[in-house]
Amino acid sequence: MAERLAIIATKGTLDWAYPPLILASTAASLGVETAIFFTFYGLNIIHKEKMEHLKIAPVANPAMPMVFPPSVKKTPVAGQLASLMESIFPGPPQLMGVIPGMTDFMTAMMKKMFKDHGVASIPELIELCKEADVKLIPCQMTMELFGYKYEDLIDGLEPPGGAATFINYVLEADKPMIIFV
Amino acid sequence: MASVTADKTLDTSGLNCPLPVLKTKKALEELQSGQILEVISTDPGSKADIPAFCQRTGHELVETVEEGGKYIFYIKKK
Repeated sequence: MAERLAIIATKGTLDWAYPPLILASTAASLGVETAIFFTFYGLNIIHKEKMEHLKIAPVANPAMPMVFPPSVKKTPVAGQLASLMESIFPGPPQLMGVIPGMTDFMTAMMKKMFKDHGVASIPELIELCKEADVKLIPCQMTMELFGYKYEDLIDGLEPPGGAATFINYVLEADKPMIIFV
Repeated sequence: MASVTADKTLDTSGLNCPLPVLKTKKALEELQSGQILEVISTDPGSKADIPAFCQRTGHELVETVEEGGKYIFYIKKK
């Protein structure tokens, strides 16, 4: 094997779920042997139930823009309100994050924006990874830590592995590459 | 207008990174060596990504046409 790309996915929020899946599916379609090692909160990306409910965290995320998707901005009253808010605040004020339901609202807006821009959903990207033969490896230790059973995770995964298995998998290649997300 | 005729057309209009590349790869699998795939994209990123895909995979990018916010690529399967 000439080249191997190994991506370590450690985050379980909606925004952080994208980079590993986009990079992996693309690398595989470019002919690179690719694997993703899901550890810590990254396990939620391949958890049957949790993968459907990944969220965007507005708190402690000052880089987050106001997310009103184009389809919302085009609606009469809500659209004008959205544009007004965007002109006052460059992003959601951090305090808004403590309002109950705000995380769900921000997540819904972000999902809508992804859809409006033709960005694939997380379950779609997982399917594309599988079709492109990306190896999806859950971390054994974190599974035990979080109490996730193998059957709680989606189908088509590799057997759970540890750090040594993973590092060995990467270093077997002539040109090994690791990306940490 | 392009000077080559395509054996198959893939329209990825409205789709964003990485979908145009992934769908291009799948569409090429259905063609015979030497046949031409026409890929239509509205994703500005595909302007650099499709040539990179071709360079990496060995398929030949025969021609690129840019018209009315659309990028049209003609790829000859290796």
